[in-house]
Parts: sequence; C-alpha cells; structure tokens
Amino acid sequence: MSDSQSTDFDPVAPNTGEDFEPVDVFDDSDDFDLRPGADSCYKCSTCDTNCPVAEVDDDFPGPKFQGPEQWRLKRRDDDHSVDDSVMDCSNCMRCDNACPSGVNLSQMHNTARGEYVSEELSKLSVEYVRNRLLANYRKSAWLASKVPRLANAAANFGPARWLGEKLLGVTGEREFPDFATETFTEWWAAQGGAAGSKERAREARERRGEPLDADKRVAYFHGCYAEYNTPEVAKALVRVYEHFGYEIVVPEQGCSGTPMFANGMLDDARRDAELNVSSFADLVDEGYDAIASCTSCSMAIRQEYPELFDIDGIDDVAANTFESVEYLRIHEDLEGELADADVGDDLAAEFAYHAPCHARNQGLDRQAVELFGDLDGVGVEDVGDSCSGISGTYGWKAEKYETSMKIGDEMFDHMEAADGETGMTECPTCAMQMEHGTGYDVRHPLELLEAAVVA
Amino acid sequence: MAIDSDVLVIGGGLAGLTSALAAARAGADTRLVSYKQSTLRHASGLVDVLGYTPDGDGPLVDPFDAIPDLPEAHPYRTVGTEMVREALALFDDAVPHYRGSHTDANALVPTHGGTVKPTARYPVGASAGVASDDRDALLVGFEALADFDAPQAAAHLDAAGVPFDVRGATIRFPGDLRADAKITRYAKLLDADSRVPVDGRDQSVRAALAERVRAELDGEERVGFPAILGDDDAAGVREALADALGAAVFEVPMGPPSLPGLRLEDALFDALDSAGASIETGNPVVDYDGGDRIERVSVEKNGARIPYAADQYVLATGGLVGKGVESDRDAVYEPIFDCHVAHAGDRYDWFEDDAFGDHAFPQFGVATDDSLRPEEADGSTEFPNLRAAGSVLGGYDFAAEKSGGGVSLATGYAAGRAAAEETR
Repeated sequence: MSDSQSTDFDPVAPNTGEDFEPVDVFDDSDDFDLRPGADSCYKCSTCDTNCPVAEVDDDFPGPKFQGPEQWRLKRRDDDHSVDDSVMDCSNCMRCDNACPSGVNLSQMHNTARGEYVSEELSKLSVEYVRNRLLANYRKSAWLASKVPRLANAAANFGPARWLGEKLLGVTGEREFPDFATETFTEWWAAQGGAAGSKERAREARERRGEPLDADKRVAYFHGCYAEYNTPEVAKALVRVYEHFGYEIVVPEQGCSGTPMFANGMLDDARRDAELNVSSFADLVDEGYDAIASCTSCSMAIRQEYPELFDIDGIDDVAANTFESVEYLRIHEDLEGELADADVGDDLAAEFAYHAPCHARNQGLDRQAVELFGDLDGVGVEDVGDSCSGISGTYGWKAEKYETSMKIGDEMFDHMEAADGETGMTECPTCAMQMEHGTGYDVRHPLELLEAAVVA
Repeated sequence: MAIDSDVLVIGGGLAGLTSALAAARAGADTRLVSYKQSTLRHASGLVDVLGYTPDGDGPLVDPFDAIPDLPEAHPYRTVGTEMVREALALFDDAVPHYRGSHTDANALVPTHGGTVKPTARYPVGASAGVASDDRDALLVGFEALADFDAPQAAAHLDAAGVPFDVRGATIRFPGDLRADAKITRYAKLLDADSRVPVDGRDQSVRAALAERVRAELDGEERVGFPAILGDDDAAGVREALADALGAAVFEVPMGPPSLPGLRLEDALFDALDSAGASIETGNPVVDYDGGDRIERVSVEKNGARIPYAADQYVLATGGLVGKGVESDRDAVYEPIFDCHVAHAGDRYDWFEDDAFGDHAFPQFGVATDDSLRPEEADGSTEFPNLRAAGSVLGGYDFAAEKSGGGVSLATGYAAGRAAAEETR
C-alpha cells in the first residue's frame, strides 16, 4: 500500500497512511452522544414494520425517522428542532428488538421526546398539564389511596369523566382503575415487614431442607400499580418467594419512570430514578437482588435508567434487577415444582395470555406459556405478537384513544378466538386494555404460580 | 441453577431455526436463543441450494449434481449430498407454502432488480413468476414504493433473454398512502380488504387495485407485483387479484424488510412450537463457562448475566454480516466461544482492491470436523459438545455461489440432529 501517500485521489487505494486513524472520527465525550448509534442504522426499515403505531397511523413516520434519522439531522447544528410527531411514539420499545444492527432506538426516542417537551411544548398548554398529571400517576394514586372508595366513585362518575375529557383531554371512554382499600405496603407492614419475612423465609427453608443461612434475599420493586391498585399481585409475589425461602425487603421507592419517559418528562423521571437507585444500590451492595412484578418497571431499571441517566450505582442496580418469575426460573426448579402441582379454585382455567411489549424486549414473551404449558388443570394460550395498544398513559389521551384501540383490535380478536375467558399478562396497563376491549378478567402469572406452588 | 435444556441453539436465522427443529423433532428438549428477531425478516424468502460453482460457472441446472465437485472445505462436502436432501425434506414438511420439491432442478426466479436467480425452493406466491414459464408478463410497480422499479426490472429481464415478453408499468396504490409507508401497511390493507378513498369515495382496496392494473394490462397472462400482497392472508389476496384480472398473479421477492421472509419466519416458528421447542429473542449470548466442555452460557440482559445450561450446543450466529464472526483491525474472531477463525495475519490480505475481486473475507468462518464441531488451528476439537451451522462456517461464499439457504438448512439439520442424538 505504498502508493497510498500519493496526492491524487484514488478510490481503489484509500489513504491508509500513518496519520489516518479512521476509528477516531468523533471526539471523546462524556455526553450521551447518539450519533455513532445513528450511523449504525443502515435503513433496512425492519423497525418500522414492528411499530404498532405506524401500522395503523398513516401520519406517523415510524421509529427509523424518530431515532437515527432525526438524530443525524440534529447533530450538525441546533437549527433542527425535534419533530412533534415524536409524541405519537408510544414507547413500546419494540423497535429495539427489531434492529439487526443494535441501534439504541428507544434511547434516541426518549431523548428526543425529552428535548421536545422541554424546548418546544408550552408549559401552559393543556397537553403539557395533562401529560404531567398522567406521567405522575403515582402522586394522584397516593392521594386517591387515602380515600379509595371516594376516589373510585369520583373517578368513574360520568360527568367527571366528561369534564376530564373536555378540560384535560383524558379520554372519557375508559373507566379508571379501582383503588384498593388497603395498599400493598400497608398490608406488608401488617405482616411484620422485613422482620416477618425473614422469619417466614427461615421456616420455609427448614421445611424445604435448605441451609438456614442460605443467601436468599431479594429487594422488591412493587411499582405504583401493585401498591395502589392490584396489591393481590404483590401479595402473590411475597407468598411465592417466601415459599421458596427468600427473605424480602421492600425499600422506599418511587415510580419506575416509565410513564415519565413516555411523556418526555425526563426531569421527573430522574427525580424518581435517583430515589430508586439510591435505595436499591445499598441493598445490591449487601448482596440483595432486585425483583419487579411489572415488566415495564423492570425494563425501566434494567435498560432505560443506564441509557438516560448517570447516577451512582445505576449500572450495578441494572445488572442485578430481574423480572420476578424469570428470577425464580434461574434459581429454583420451577419446572419440577409445577410438574407436581395442580390448581384448584377459580384459577383452574384457560387463559388468553398477552405478552407485554416490555416483556418481549426482555426476552420474556414466551415465559408464561412455556412455564405453565404442562400444568394440570390450566391452559395458557398465547394470543399472538400484537401490541395491546394502551402503552401506559398513551391510550388515556383523548386524541390517542382511537389509535390505541385500533392497535389493540388484533389482540382483542385473538383473545376472543382463544379458549377461555380469562386473560393473563404481566403488565398492569395491558391488563387494563385487555379488560376494556373484551370484558375479560385478567390475572398476573404470579397469581397462578401462587395457586400452583403455595399450598 | 440455570435455565436448562438438552440442546441449546444460539441464533435465530434459517440455520438456527432448522437446527432447533431437527433437534426437537428428534426428541430433545430444545431451546433457541436469538439476540434479535429472526434475520429471516431480511431474507428474500428464496431458499437457494447452489446456483453457481465457486469458479462462477452457472446458473447450474442441478445443484445436487455439482456438490461432489465442490472444494473439500465446503460445508456441503462436510455433511454430504444426502444430508442436503434430508434437510430439504424437513423444510418441505415444516413450510407447506413453498414449491420446488417436485424437481432437483433449480427454478429461475426473477428478483426485484430484474435479474434471474437460480433457487431450489420458493414461496408459492412467486411460483407463477418463474422465468422458465413462457407466458407474457406485466410487472406492476407503485409510485411511492421506490424499491421496485417495474419498467426497469422488465427491461433487465428482457436483456437477460427470458423466453417471454415482459413489460413494466408504474401505478399509484389506491388510497394514496404516505410516500414512505411501511410494507406491512400495504399488506394489512390488502389482508383485511380495507376500504380506501379513491376519487372521493371509499372502495375496497383489492378491487380498486385490480381496476388500476386492468387499465395497464394488454393481454399478458400473468402479473407480477412487489412482495407486499398480504401477510396473514397472502393466498387470499393473490386469488382475489387473479380473479379480478383474469391473469395469474405472482410476487417478486424484495429486499429487507421482506414479507416473504416474515411469512417464512412465522411458518418455522409455528413448526418449532408444534415440535415443543422453546424460543427466546431479545438478548445476546456473550460468554460461556466450562473447561473442555461447555457447561453453560450467559445471556446478557442489560448488564445482568442470565445462565443457560444444556448438554449440547449449536452455534448458528451468522457470519460477518450477522455478527457471528467479528473483526477488528488486528484479527478476525468468533465472539462467544472464541473458536478459531483462520485468516491472514496482514489485514490487507483479507480483501482485494477490486470490488468484485476474489476476496478472502466472504469465506471467513469456523472450520469443523465431520460432525460439524469447530476445530482449533491444529485440527483438534474446540469443545466436544459444540456444533456450528450456517454462515458462521467458513469455506464457502454464499453470495457468489447462491448457496446461503441450502447450507443453513443442511448444516442446521445435521448439527441439530447430531446434538439430539448425543443427549440420548
């Protein structure tokens, strides 16, 4: 390659001289620099064919545009503002799993959405106020949980729903989820909290013939929904884990941030992420693993936190966080336990199972079907790979409601075609959509697991 | 503990899926893990066995005839002709919507660029388009779908000397979809026969499309469309259009993302489900534990290492494009097990300056023994319980030979079956 030093441009013999180092095209930087990721996109458009919004909405340009193309346009100078269509992305994150090139699409979307909301969206607009309220669901849920019966009545009071739509753009089509009369943490405290769990776990280990000092300790991230709306899921988790001899702690925690990412409220998300990371990092240091029963919560902690924030201990927490059933599959002989189990009561049923997008992205979309495949008295049928369409707060917005239902149509059809009239999913908002679209009762795999293995 | 199975297949392309299917049907508890969604989504959907010899002779009429003369290092020579036939039989059984099994001869299928590709198996949707058929053809392209230029493809086919008259026409797809509408958008509209606005009133999309094509039709007995004719109900869409046009209808395979590839993925996933195999996608295998034998591998989920243990493993992670073989400025390597990949020490010997020259890099991959177990540089076995299949294998150039699908099928089948036998 000695001729490569000649001054004449010769495309056949590129300049490979001493001074040329093609690897260092970009300066080293500590900022989140999404340009190299954008350059990994070779425009195959497979992400677009996986996007549930693009499938039903002709006006949505799709994940390839929202991510790599937009970022490439923006990197050069500040003249390019983020396109408002980024608010039509529901943050299902399916595009991540689709990309053969490993482009961090959802990270680009979250970052673009954050920038759009902080720089383009008026803080006085109804849209901003509404989105902020929806994103900070935990706050209103906390308030409502103080007066659950009143909150339940008020939230679903017809005129109030009408007003919510007219004033705030929250769709009047949906019924608000019920608030439990006792939150999970109130129940947990009544059970004796961590000390009570330690005792029950030791008894279980003794019964199972395991060493009493076995290192079986988990920190539970229950999230907002299991706390305020479906504590039965959290209780099932506690009983199942204690059955296997795990000591549980429930540290102080905020929202996982999922609804905030999806609404571009990155400051709100950072506030809660800092709380969560600081509270779980110490436990992880002590040898605890973190588990979550909601797949969007585990997704946020595992992937979105380290992609978006730089918080002390964040990578350790992410690397030691697991979805609750997945964790048991790794550490226990669940298959063996289930082979001997049978399920009585109302959970002996045919379930129409829907895999949430955020479970899909963690490789967990087939877990429930595989796990319960041979369980006596129970059938779990996968209703296919369509998205439920609600995507957390997305389907609650009046202007998105129709899109949300169009996306969900395929799932509703498949649920109705499946045997049985009970749904199953790991995601609380998918469950909401499943109930809304079909009228089915929807359960969490942990509830079935509890019925099967906890005698 | 770990997530256990008898056979763990790493990779979700044609080789991985075939290998998992072969192992599961042989009775092994089988699990397939794939970093991303199946790469079949990017594939044309055509399954080639051998279109050209390594010297460039061809198109070959009978690929089986040519296999014994391939170089000794070629994967077909490792598994033998009979294994290629058995693998195709497995494929034909698992994927009923494919054609080509009636003959050993290659079919000549037109591509979206207007070339003619020698291929062994093709979707039934493409079958009315084969170039050996002498019926005149009209190719129809859509204004907004830039990936298929029908008049140009027709001119190319004509120049290639096909034995029929072929013409191309470009029309607007009814409903005026956005300029960069996704292929799945077209497919879903046609699947559901949705109503779309045409000249101010709503019409059935199939009927409206047929009407626009009929205006262009000039006695041709068959009409080719880009491969967007439905996803769940592709057969129904073709039939409806054929009825309305009074002509046979076929699809021309397209580049990625590809509906024929998606349909093939669906068929193989269904076959795997029926065979009782487990499938997981979304996270990469990054490392392994073990000394002489592989004890378990780690799947990385955003920093967490999830252990997967098996008795036998199949490596079907792809080649340089699929990232099953990687390179940096110093070396070419296989990233998970660090299996030996032969390559010149000087990286300037990895390629030729001429774009279409005799490059070394397309043949980079692992070398194996007769049982497809990767070998170290000195010819010893890397691991007794690891087999390799598909593009991660070296010694062949699928792009030049048009042999990618067949090698994946044959080596996937052989590796999966051998792995299952070892677990008995």
